[in-house]
Amino acid sequence: MAEISASASTSASTPSQDYHPAIDPATFDLVVSGTGLPESLLAAAAAAAGKSVLHLDPNPFYGSHFASIPLPSFSSLLSPSYSSPSPHSSAASTPSYDAIDLHRRPIYSEIETSGSPPEPSRSFLVDLAGPRVLYCADAAVDLLLRSGASHHVEFKSVDASLVYWEGRLSTVPDSRQAIFKDRTLSLAEKSQMMRFLKLVQGHIASDRGGAADEGLGRISEEDLLIPFVEFLRKQRLPPKIRAIILYAIAMADYDQEIVESNKLVTTKEGVETIALYSSSIGRFTNSVGAFLYPMYGHGELPQAFCRCAAVKGALYVLRMPVVSLLIDREKSEYVGVRLASGQDIFSSQLVMEPSCQVPPSLSLSEDLNTSSSTGNVARGVCITSSSLERDSSSVLVVFPPKCENCFLFFINISSHTGTFVCQLFHLIIRAFCYMPVKSIACVFAVALYSEQLTTIRVLQLSSNVAVCPPGLFMVYLSTPCNDAIIGKDYIKAAIHALFATNTLGSSEGSVEPNTEDKESETRPTVLWSCVYVQELAQGSFGPVCLSTLPDEHVDYRNIIESTKELFSKMYSQAEFLPQTSEPGDIEDDNGSAE
Amino acid sequence: MHGRPRRSPKPEDAAAAAAKASKLHELQSLLLQNHQNRIYTKEALLASSKLIEVNPEIYTAWNYRKLALQHSLNGVSDPEAIKSAVEDELRVVEAALRRNPKSYGAWYHRKWVLNQKLAEVDFGREFRLLDQLLKADARNFHGWSYRRFVTRLKNVLEEEELGFTMDMINTNFSNYSAWHNRSILLSHLLGKKANGFESKEKILSEELELVRQALFTDPSDQSGWFYHLWLLDQTCSGDQLKLISSWPIHQSKLVLPIVKEKDNCNSFLYPFQRETLPIVLYFNKPVKGITSSTVMVSSELAKNEDLTWKPLLASNLGEANCWATYLMILEGNCSTSQTFSVEVEVGCSEGIVSVSGLHYNPSKFKFSVEFDHNVPEQAQGNLAQEPFSWNYSEKFYSQENSDFTSFDQLKINDDALKEDLKWHFDTLSEEITLFKEMSEENCKFVKLTLARLLIAYDAMKSPENSLQQKRKHCEEALELFDDLIKLDPSHKRYYEDEQSLVLLDQVTSDKESLVKYCWQYDNPNFSTFRRHNCLQLRRLSLTRVGFVERMLWVQILDLSHNKLRSIAGLEALQLLICLNLSNNQISSFTSLEPLKRLSSLRVLDLSFNEIGAHPVDTTRYLCSSPLSHTFDVKGIMEVLQKDNINVADHWEMMLLFKSLNLKQLNMKGNPVSSENFGQLVTKILPSLHWVDGERVR
Repeated sequence: MAEISASASTSASTPSQDYHPAIDPATFDLVVSGTGLPESLLAAAAAAAGKSVLHLDPNPFYGSHFASIPLPSFSSLLSPSYSSPSPHSSAASTPSYDAIDLHRRPIYSEIETSGSPPEPSRSFLVDLAGPRVLYCADAAVDLLLRSGASHHVEFKSVDASLVYWEGRLSTVPDSRQAIFKDRTLSLAEKSQMMRFLKLVQGHIASDRGGAADEGLGRISEEDLLIPFVEFLRKQRLPPKIRAIILYAIAMADYDQEIVESNKLVTTKEGVETIALYSSSIGRFTNSVGAFLYPMYGHGELPQAFCRCAAVKGALYVLRMPVVSLLIDREKSEYVGVRLASGQDIFSSQLVMEPSCQVPPSLSLSEDLNTSSSTGNVARGVCITSSSLERDSSSVLVVFPPKCENCFLFFINISSHTGTFVCQLFHLIIRAFCYMPVKSIACVFAVALYSEQLTTIRVLQLSSNVAVCPPGLFMVYLSTPCNDAIIGKDYIKAAIHALFATNTLGSSEGSVEPNTEDKESETRPTVLWSCVYVQELAQGSFGPVCLSTLPDEHVDYRNIIESTKELFSKMYSQAEFLPQTSEPGDIEDDNGSAE
Repeated sequence: MHGRPRRSPKPEDAAAAAAKASKLHELQSLLLQNHQNRIYTKEALLASSKLIEVNPEIYTAWNYRKLALQHSLNGVSDPEAIKSAVEDELRVVEAALRRNPKSYGAWYHRKWVLNQKLAEVDFGREFRLLDQLLKADARNFHGWSYRRFVTRLKNVLEEEELGFTMDMINTNFSNYSAWHNRSILLSHLLGKKANGFESKEKILSEELELVRQALFTDPSDQSGWFYHLWLLDQTCSGDQLKLISSWPIHQSKLVLPIVKEKDNCNSFLYPFQRETLPIVLYFNKPVKGITSSTVMVSSELAKNEDLTWKPLLASNLGEANCWATYLMILEGNCSTSQTFSVEVEVGCSEGIVSVSGLHYNPSKFKFSVEFDHNVPEQAQGNLAQEPFSWNYSEKFYSQENSDFTSFDQLKINDDALKEDLKWHFDTLSEEITLFKEMSEENCKFVKLTLARLLIAYDAMKSPENSLQQKRKHCEEALELFDDLIKLDPSHKRYYEDEQSLVLLDQVTSDKESLVKYCWQYDNPNFSTFRRHNCLQLRRLSLTRVGFVERMLWVQILDLSHNKLRSIAGLEALQLLICLNLSNNQISSFTSLEPLKRLSSLRVLDLSFNEIGAHPVDTTRYLCSSPLSHTFDVKGIMEVLQKDNINVADHWEMMLLFKSLNLKQLNMKGNPVSSENFGQLVTKILPSLHWVDGERVR
C-alpha cells in the first residue's frame, strides 16, 4: 500500500510531461477523472468497498474545482484557454472499440481582476470554490472522522458570523449568549428571537427523544410542510428577525419573501438546518461558533480523501487528462478511456467532472449524459488590508436578499414613489463615495431591473489558517445567479459596501464628498480583487457518471448528499465510507478542531 | 457540578467503600493519636495529608495541620524553610480540592494559611486555581467567595473585579454568583463614591439596561431576575431614614376619659391600663438605638428619664420598624382638667441607626392630653357583665368626628419627602412599560416583577402619582397576582400574601377609601365604646396583615371572614381593645404570638379557625423559642396536675394566654376547643369572664 501511495506522489511530482510510465494493470473497477471533493469521496468510498480504482487528474495538483491554489496560478486556471486540452490523438479506432474525443467546457466566465496582489503573491492560497465552511456537526466532518481523513486536515473555528443590515455589520444572534450580548437587537426582538429558538430546540429535542409530552413545543406536521418564511410570519417575527433566521441561520440562498418562488425553504428544512447549526455550536470545546475552516484552504479536503483512497489501494496519476472515451463497437457500451499518454485503460465504470463534454454525436445505446447547467454562481476573491471585525480574524458575513446593502436599490424603491429625485440624489452621494464614477452607469442598469434576489455570502480569512501572510486578509464572496452580469454586480456591490476600494477610487479625486471620508477610512481597503462567474452543474448517474461542481451554498451538505446518492447507484451493495476500524477516530473528536 | 443525576450504587461500589472505610479508619485513629500526643513529625504530617486527600471533610485533621504548622515554624526564620512549609499546606489543600472542590475545611485552611502572611503570596497561582475552579463550575460559591478573599488580599481594584463579573456574565448569563458579586462590588463602589461611580442614578440605569438584555433574552432564567430585584430595591429604597407614623400624631388633642373606680382611685377608661399612655413610633426602615436619650419626651405628665422604649416587630438583631413606650401619668395629674402638652423629639442625640447604616435626622412632634371626668360609671365593668358583640351602626364614621384620628401620618415628615424623585419615577415607569410589553408571555417572573414595579411605583409619594393612577395600578397588580396563582400554584401563598398587602394598601392609602371601612361601634350595652375607633376589614380575603403604620389608632379591629394565616404586624396596634379574628385560617397558637404585645387587648374572637387542625405546628419556627418563656409555670402546672391535665399537650396555648389580659375569648369552631379546653383556659387566664359566649366568672 505504501508503495502505491508512493507511486502516486512520484507521478504527481514527475517534472516531465512527455514521459509516462504505462499504468499496470490496465483494467480497473472504476476510473475517476478529476480530484474535486465529490470525485475524491467516490474514489475513497469505492476503494474502501474493495474496488480497484484509478484516480486521474489533468492538473498537476489535487482538488480540481475544489482546489486551493497559489495566487499566481489562479488567474491562469480561470482563463478559458486552460479548459480545452488538446486531444492527444484524434479519434483513433481499434478493432473492438471506438475512441470518442472528449472536450472540456469552460465553467468559469466573466473574469474581471483589478488591483495587483501584494508580493510575494505565492503566499496567497486561493479557494476556487469559496466562500465555503463546514458546520462542526455536519456530514462532511462526520465523513472525515469516519474515514480517517481527519488525520490529514486541521481546522480552525470561524470566529464570528455577521449579518449586514441597514448599512451595518452586526453579529448573528445565533445562541442564547449571543442574543444576550447583541446590542443591535431591541429587547422585544431579543425576546422574540429567543422564544423562536426555544421553540425549534424543543421541537428538535422532542424529535430526538420522542418525548412530546415534556411541555416543549412541537411544530405541527402541517407547519412543517409550509414554507419556512410563512411559518416565521405565523410566529409574528418581525422582518429583521425573519431575515436573520432565514439567511444567517437557516442559510437560505434565495429570497424567501417572494411567494411564487420555487426556491422556498420548507419549515422542515429550515428546522433541520437550525438543528445542525445549534448542534454545531459547542460540539468541539475549542471552537467558538458553528463553523470550521480547514487550514491551508479547502483544497486540503479532497486531498485528505485521496489519501484515504490511496491507503485502500487506489492508484493516483496527476497531469493525466482523459482524452477519449472507448466505446464497444458492437454493444455501443462504455469500456474504458484513452489517456493523454495514449494508453487505453479499461474499467466497468467511469466518473468524470461535469466540465467534460461528450460530443452529442455519440452513438451509444443509452444517452451519455451531458451535464445540464442549472444556473450560475458569481464568486469574488479579495485581498484586504484589515479585518472587517475587530478582534476576529475569520468572519462569515451574510447579505440577506433585498437588504439595502447596496445603494443601487434606492433607485428601485424610488421609481414608484414621488421622491425619485431626492432618492436619486441620495444615490449619487452614496455612489460617489463608494464607487468610481464610471461604474455608475452599470449601477443604474442593474438597479432599474432588479433588486437583490439572492443571498450574498462573504468569508474573511486570515493568516491563522495559513492562506495569506500575516496582516492581510483573504475575502471570498458568492451569490447564486441566473444572469452572470447581475451576479457579478451583486458581488461588486457587496465589495463596495464592505470595503474601501482605493485602487479604483483614486481617479475620482475631488468628486468625493468630504463628509464620507471618515467612514471609508475605517473600512478595510481592497488591494486586489477578482470577480468571476462559475457554472453550476448537478451530478448524474449513467454509463459515465458525472460528479458535481461546487454549488452555490456555503457548506458541503448538498455536494455530499448527491455524491452519496451517486455512489449508492453505482454500488448499491456497498456502504458509503464505513467507519474505519481504528478506535481512536471518534474519540479524537476534539482534536480535529484545533 | 450542577444538574448531574445521581447514580444508584453498584455492588462493587460497596466493596470499594468498605475498603476505603477501613483505610480511613486506620488513618483517622493515627491522626487522633498524633493530635493528642502533639506529635508533629514529618511522618505524622504525611499521614494527615493522606487522610485529608481521601476525606477532606475531617476538620480535626485541618486543625491538626494548623497546629503543626505553627509548631514547626516556631522560631524558624529561614525564609526558604517557611516558604516550603507554606507550599506544603497549599499543596495539601489543592489535593483536597481535587477530591471535593466544595470542601469548606479545605477552603478555610487555605485562607488561614494565606492570612498568616508567612510568605509572599503567589497570586498568579491563586488566580490559576480560581480559573480552574470557575471553569469547572462557573457558579461555585466557594470559588467566588475565595475570589473575594484573594482580591482583598491582593488589593485588586473593585472596578477590575466588576469587569471580571462582566466577563463571566458574557460567557453565560445564568450565573447567580457573578450577578451577586456584581451587586456586592457595586454597593461598595457606590457607597464610597469611587471614581466613575459618583452618580448612583447613572450606574443603576446602566445596570438595568444590562440586566434587561438577560431578562428579555431568556425570561425563564432566574439569575437575572434576582439581580433585577436588587436593582429595583436600590431604585426604590430612598436614602433617608424617616419617621413615617406615630401615635399620638402631631398636633392631635387627646381626650382621655377617666373613670372613678370603686376604691375611689382614679383610673383611665379603656384602652389603657391604669395610668399609662402609649407612644408609638413607626420608621420606614428597621432601626436600633431608640432610648430615652435619643428620643426626648418633654411633658409635665411624665419624666423622660423614666421611659423605656421597646421594639415591636423586632428582628433578630434588635432592629425594629416600630418602637413603643408607656408614659406613666404622675399621680394627681389626671384628676385635674388641665391640658397637658407633650413634645416628642426624635433623634435629639445621635444613635438612631438603620440596618444599612443610615442616621436619623432629628424631628419633632407635639400633641396635647386632656382628661374627661364625665364618664358613666358602669362603663368599665361592662366587659365582665355582658358578652361583647360585633355590631356596627349603619353609618360610617363622619369625617367631622373629631375622634376619628387622621391617619395622614405623613404630615410629620412632609419636608423630608420633598427629595427629587424624578429619576426614580422615570426609571420605574420605563421598567413598567417594558415589562408590560412582555407580559403576554406566560412567564411568572415577568408578571411578578411587573406587579412589584407597580407596587413600588405606587409606594413613592409624589404629586405626579395621582390617586386615580394608583387605583389602576392596584387593580393591575391584583390581576397579575391572580394570574400568578394560576400559573405557579406552588407559590400560591406568597402571591396571596402579596395580594393582601396590595388590598390593604388600597384600603388604607387615603382618607376617602379608609373612611368606608371605619364604623361606629353600636351596642346599647357598650355605649362608651362609641368613642372607640373601629376599623372593619371583613371579607377581603386577606392572608396577612400589613400597613399597620396606618392603623396605629385602631381600638376595635374586625378581621373576620378573611383567610389570615398569620397576624404578624398586629403588635404595633398598641391601642387595640377588641380583636375579631373569627373565620380565618389561623392554625396554631404560636402564630398568635403578636397578641402577647397587646397589653390593652380585652376581647378576642378566634372562633372558626383551624387551631389544632394540624398536629405539627409549622409556624413555630417563626416564633421565639418555647423554652424562652419568662412567666412562672410552676403554679399553673400544679393546678393542672391536680385536674389530671397533661401540660405538654397544651404548652403553646398556655404560653400564649398566660401573657394576655383577656376578659372575653371565643374559641368556638376550632378543632382544639372542647369543654375541657374551656375550663383549662379559665384556669390559665384569671381575668377571663366570658368564654365562647358563656359566662365563666
